[in-house]
Parts: sequence; structure tokens; C-alpha cells
Amino acid sequence: MGSTLTSSRASERLALSLHVVASAVLVTLLGLPVVALVLRVPPGRLLERLRDDALLEALRLSLVTSVFATLAVTLLGLPIAYLLATRTFPGKRLIEAMLELPMVLPPTVAGVGLLLAFGRQGLAGPVLAAFGLSIPFTTIAVVVAQAFVAAPFFIAATRAGLAEVDQRYLDAAATLRSSPSRTLFRVMLPLAFPSLLAGAAMTWARALGEFGATITFAGNMPGVTQTMPLAVYLALQTDLDAAVAMSVLMLALSVGVLLGIRLVTPHLLPAGPFARSPGR
Amino acid sequence: MLLLSLTTVPELGAQTNAAPREITVYAAASLTDAFSELGKLMEQDALPTRVRYNFAGSQQLAVQLEQGAKADVFASADQRWMDHVQERHLTAGPAKIFAHNRLVVIVPKSNPAHVRELQGLARRGVKLVVGAEAVPVGKYTREMFRRLERRPGFPPAYGDSVLANVVSQEENVKSVVAKVQLGEADAGVVYRSDVTPRVAPGVTVLEIPDDANVLASYPIAILTGTADSAAAGDFLALLLGPEGRRVLARRGLTPAETMP
Amino acid sequence: MLDLRVGSRRGEFELELALQARGGSTTVIVGESGAGKTSVLRLAAGLDRPVTGRIVLDGEVYTDTTADIQVPPWRRSVGYVSQDYALFPHLSVAENVAFGLRAAGARSGEIRTRVAHVLERTGIAALARRKPSTLSGGQQQRAALARALVLDPRLLLLDEPLAALDLQTRRQVRGELRRLLRELETTTLYVTHSPMEALLFGDHIVVLEGGRISQVGDRDDLLRHPRSRYVAELVGTNFFAGRATATDAAATVRTADGDLAISRAEEAADLFVTVNPRDITLHTRRPEGSAQNVFAGPILELAPEPPGGERVRVVLGTRPTLVAEVTREAVASLGLAEGITVHASFKATGIRAYR
Repeated sequence: MGSTLTSSRASERLALSLHVVASAVLVTLLGLPVVALVLRVPPGRLLERLRDDALLEALRLSLVTSVFATLAVTLLGLPIAYLLATRTFPGKRLIEAMLELPMVLPPTVAGVGLLLAFGRQGLAGPVLAAFGLSIPFTTIAVVVAQAFVAAPFFIAATRAGLAEVDQRYLDAAATLRSSPSRTLFRVMLPLAFPSLLAGAAMTWARALGEFGATITFAGNMPGVTQTMPLAVYLALQTDLDAAVAMSVLMLALSVGVLLGIRLVTPHLLPAGPFARSPGR
Repeated sequence: MLLLSLTTVPELGAQTNAAPREITVYAAASLTDAFSELGKLMEQDALPTRVRYNFAGSQQLAVQLEQGAKADVFASADQRWMDHVQERHLTAGPAKIFAHNRLVVIVPKSNPAHVRELQGLARRGVKLVVGAEAVPVGKYTREMFRRLERRPGFPPAYGDSVLANVVSQEENVKSVVAKVQLGEADAGVVYRSDVTPRVAPGVTVLEIPDDANVLASYPIAILTGTADSAAAGDFLALLLGPEGRRVLARRGLTPAETMP
Repeated sequence: MLDLRVGSRRGEFELELALQARGGSTTVIVGESGAGKTSVLRLAAGLDRPVTGRIVLDGEVYTDTTADIQVPPWRRSVGYVSQDYALFPHLSVAENVAFGLRAAGARSGEIRTRVAHVLERTGIAALARRKPSTLSGGQQQRAALARALVLDPRLLLLDEPLAALDLQTRRQVRGELRRLLRELETTTLYVTHSPMEALLFGDHIVVLEGGRISQVGDRDDLLRHPRSRYVAELVGTNFFAGRATATDAAATVRTADGDLAISRAEEAADLFVTVNPRDITLHTRRPEGSAQNVFAGPILELAPEPPGGERVRVVLGTRPTLVAEVTREAVASLGLAEGITVHASFKATGIRAYR
């Protein structure tokens, strides 16, 4: 009896050690590059570099475009996420696949696709030209490229969040004179809000880091289309230290926002008896 | 002398059953077609050598090499990036200029901005795509426009006006070609060698007068990190020899004066 | 006045019933879980659509499958309190209660007044600003009730309102709820599995078994004339079903478990027979005498009824199972204990037989 106890305890300890080792490996893999980036730039030099106009320009452009892209994705993505979460309709599977496509498409391929679709010679080119619009090489193109690659993240997260809202709340609302659209805004969205926020945060992060589609579809022009990732990439080809400084800046920005969201989310919603609150 | 004798080995009909040798060549994007053809020749050689390429903007290659990328040979589109690599003691031996190139302006066949001569590039609203400053072709482009400006027939602020029309700065010359091919750019400045048989049907070439044009010089060097200096040497010999020169010429590059 | 006739199917489960509820009355639908009780409420609320059916409330047609009418829940004058209350976790109690009024477009002044009033009435005015997760079960129940009542619905649907409460709270709330329902003039459908609640709350009781109504009536009807074993168990009486075989002074009812002597029967007919537990006498030896019905079997269970009370409920493993109610003294004097075989007898006159 004693020996079986100790051997099961030993195997438990082994299992735990394996967990720890695996975790350590992963943390190192993900953490070391970040640490290396930060260590490369002395804080003093970093502040000095932050005064570089080109860098500030790229930073401003990145922030503006990624925020607009996230807003666009949120506004356009919410209706479709709602429909996917609550209805079935013919062709639903096809639409789901289409919406997931940008996630698996290499960004540069996405960029080529965008050109072929919305470029001057693209499928929609003549239509856009009729309205006097030409998208490539403009800041709009940057927003479009970012929205394209980031949209699937938002739609997937929002759809899951909405679907998770317990049907019992929705039924209760219906019996309280609330039409489906009213229920959506007063019950579903507030209850799904933490999921939505997390989805929007991921979307923003993806938009911020977007490179391949941007450089292909929007081009590279300081102040117009040269976002931080492009600036870093180009700086890498000439001035490594400048590239690292910008990378660290982007890193700090992203971490700051993501952490902020993590900290705020638990306070947004007290859990009901059967409302699941993600983001523990 | 040794190099010459090595290249005559196939003519002597010597055969070997050894596994093919392998070398990695980092070369400027504009050398894509010419070097690929040379690579095929080396594979068919009696002493076959597999050549693996990394074609990109010379600036990108130089920085990669600096960061420790492993390669046998580096061919740059300008002296600046070869200097960069040489200063960091990455080259084994001196670099040789093996080819020259000229710039041309290309516009899409549909010519959406109706650019029919070089002066037209200064017209407001023309969407011009060029290489970024750090890319050899970008540097050459800017120099070329400055030279044009000084010629009779060109307005005084020509250079500034043209550069104000730049909508995108690509990080290698092939991207410039692509944007013009796709019809997204109204015009682009590329190397003559970039107007390949595949590209030619979709674009119209605007020649640049020789005295304003920039003569791009391509240096090549064997790297210290080479794993097979003999094979690397063979590649260079082929490139610099009569067959290599024929290939370069066929692909739109001008072979450099023969070495003594 | 609610007129509800529905036929519905969900998977393998079929529901079919017709009931009418007088305006202002409380109709209790009682049955075991899975009997279809909640389905009835959902159909009345409009949350589900019946395969066939017609639901009319105070003359307004809510559902009519033949005319393809299905009024959606948010347009029905129906208040629904579900079993787990479903209070919106992101809103305070007051906001929860105000929800329906806001949805209906009431003005904020009116909302304030009505919410305050109903919170007073249900005794939770002090909890107005609290979030549902901070409330006890009883408080949540009252909040859910207030939320439904503030809209003055013409039909109130309560799904096991006391089930989620602990015993003590349940007792307390039960009395309050009964008072409240008596005061209201709302037609109420009250669903429960508890026989006691059925007898307590129901002006009118509908017994649901396996998706079908097995009996309808008021308290007395059920107590005196249960029409199925389930209902009999519900009201705590002994039950037989059989066919009467003779029509003179002494008649017999032939049941699956044996013959019963009853006092008389009008004609040969199928009858239900009940025997009040108190009319059963227990003997340790087979009794002689005029009592005509005797069953023998082991004692399965001895339970004081109510707990700590004077009477004892004795469950006998006879065929059929009989439940007798005797005094504590009887138990003692007879030396009754679980496992002992006893004889249970009851007179023909102590039986009630009916169609």
C-alpha cells in the first residue's frame, strides 16, 4: 500500500516537472526576443531617438490607421458576427470560410489580392474611379489593408462572445417587451462586452503590426503609408539601432494597451448565475 | 591562372561522380534573370554545382550578411553596399566590377497619365514609384533626376517636382517593376535589364539620355564565410568569362571591360 | 381569461393540452419534471411555437396555427418569471425592474414611480441599487417577480417560483407569494412539481403527465376523486382502478391487484377507487370481522407525519402499495416496525368509488 502511494506521488511530481520545463521553454522562446530588444537600446538613447521626425511620423500614422481600421472592423463586423451567432441561413458555411480566409492568407498575398481588387486596374477600379477614388498609395489603403487582415479576429471573437450569452437572458428580455434589436443592444452586447473588448484589442494589435499587405497594396511613403512596421523593416536595412529603437517603442505601446485591457476587463461585469465572463 | 585552368576542366572532358557542390549567392534583385541563367549553366557543368540565390535589395543583403547570414558570394548593385560589407571584413579578397547597368523609365502600356517624355514626369499628379533611398536603384534614380535637371530642355526645379510625385519607395527594384506592370503606378524608374521579355509587352520604355543617365556598377566578391571557395571561384570565373559576359549582355546588362 | 390549446413536439416528446383559466385566477400546472410544464409556459409566452394550437388571452389572439398567427413575446401582455429568475447581471435591481417599462417606451417619471411602487409591494425597496449577484435567493425571486409585475401583465407565468429556494426561505416566501397572488387580479399560470404548492396556490389545478393532462379540477376534486395513481400520490391517498362487477348492495371492483369489496355500484363500469389512509386499520394477525378488504404485506416505511407529530405514515409492501395513517400509540401497542408483516383492512364503506 505504501509503495503504490509513493510511486503515484513520484509520477505526479514527474508530471509537474514536465509541465514546468515545457512552460519554461515556451516563456523563454517568447520572452527572450523581447528582452533582447529591450536590452539593446539604452533608455537614454531611446528617448533621444524618439525625437526623430521620421519615427514620430511613422508612429502617428500607425496609431491613426490602426485605430481607424479597428473602428471600421468593429462597425462592419458586429452585424455579421451577430447574424452568424444567432441565425442559420443558406451559404453560412461558405461565408464563414471566406471570413476566415484573411487569417490564413500570407499578408503579401492579401496585398496582391487587394491590388487586383481595388487597384486602379483592379476589378473595382473603374467603379472607384467613377467616384473619383483611387486607393493604392494612400493612407486609406493602409486602413483597408489593416482592416482586411484583422477583421477575422474580431468577427470570430465577437461571434463567440455573443453566442455565449445565455439564452435565458434573451428569453427574459423578450418577455419584457424587448424586441430582438433592443435585446441585442441592451442585453447581448453588454453581457458579451468583455469578449468584444478582447476581440477589438486583438484586432487593433494585428492591425498595428500589419506589414505585408500594407507594403504591397499601399506602398511605402513616409507620412502617408509608412507605418511603424514598414519603417522598422526599412531601417533594418540601413540602421539597425534605429530599427531596434522603433521596435522597442512598438513593443511598449502594444504591451501597454493589452495589459491595460486585461486589467480593466474583470471589473466590467459582475458574473450572473449563468453568464460566463471570459478573461479570468 | 588557377581560375582559368579550373574553367577548362569540362573541356578536357573530365568526369566526376561526386555529389554536386553547393554555393549560396547573395545578389541584387536586378541580377535575378542573369544569375539564374548562370546557375543553370553551373548545374549542367561536368562538375555540377548547385547555386542557391537570395535576390533582394543590395542594402538588405548587406545587413543580413553583417548579421551573420551564411553565403559564399555577394554581388551588389552599387559600390556603397559592397564597401559596407568590406568594411566589416566579410570579403575574402578584393571586389571586382563585373557589369554595368543603365536606368530607364517605364510606364504601363495603357499609359494612364499620358507620360510621353521625361519632362512629363514633373507634371502634378503623376504617380511615380521609385526605389527607396537606401536601395541602389533608389540612389541612382535620385542622382539621375538631378542630372536631367541640368540639361537643356528641363525646367530648373525638375528634380524636386519629379520627386514630389513619388507615391511609394520600394525596397527592391522588382517591386517597382511590379507596380508599373500592375498599372497602379503611372511611371517607375528601373534598370534596363529589368525590362525582360516577360515585362516588355506590358510597359513602354522611356530612354534616358546617356549623359544624364547613371552608370550603375556591380561589384562582386567571394565572402570569408564561404564553405567552398573553389566552387565560389568557379562561379566568378564563369561570370567573368566569355560565357558569363554573353549571358549578362543577353539579359540587358553591360559586361565590364575584360580583366587582364 | 386564457384559452390555451396546443399540440407541440420537441424531439421525441409530445405535448398536447387544452386549458382555460378564468381571469384573475391562479391555475397550477403540476407534474413531474419532463412532463412538459415549462413547455406550456414557453408556449403561452410566445417563446416557442406550437405545431398546432390556439392561444387567446382576454380575447386577443396570440397564437393560431391555422391562421398563421404567432404574436412574438415582446408584443404579448405576459409576465414570465423563470426558474432561475434570469435577472440581468449587468443591471441593478431597479434597472432590472425598469427594463420592461423602458422597452415599452414609458416616460422616465412614470418609470420611477412604478418601479418604486412595485419594489415596495414586493418588499425589496432597500435593494434597489444592488446587483443581482449580491442578493439571496429569496430576494432574487422577489426582484424577478417585481420585474414581471411592474408591467401589469394580463397573464403571469411562474415557473417553479419556489424551487430554487432553501427550505426555510421557501416556507417564508410561500406565504407572501400566496398573499400577493390573491391580491393581484392577474390571471396566473403557476408551474410546480410540488403537490403541496399545487394544493396551496391553485384555484384550479391541472395535472400533467407525460405531455398530457390527466386531471383537471380544484383542490377538492383532486383530493376526493384522483383519476390516476400519480394524482393520488400527489394528494396522498390510496388509489385503485378497476371494473365493477355487480350492481346490488354488495359490489366488487376487480382490479389488477385483486378484488375490492365496495358498498355499491350503479352499474358495471370502470371505476376509480380511493381509500383514505386514515380509514385503514392495521393488524398483526389476520382480522376476523366485517371489514371486507384485507391486504397483507411487510412494512416498508414508518414515518411520523408531520415530523414529530401524532400520526405515523405507514407504507406497506402490499399489492398494491398501501399507505396507512395510524396514531403513535397504535404503532407502539402493535409493536410495528419496518419489515414486519401486517394485515391492512378497510371497510367497504370506507371506500370511495367513482367514475
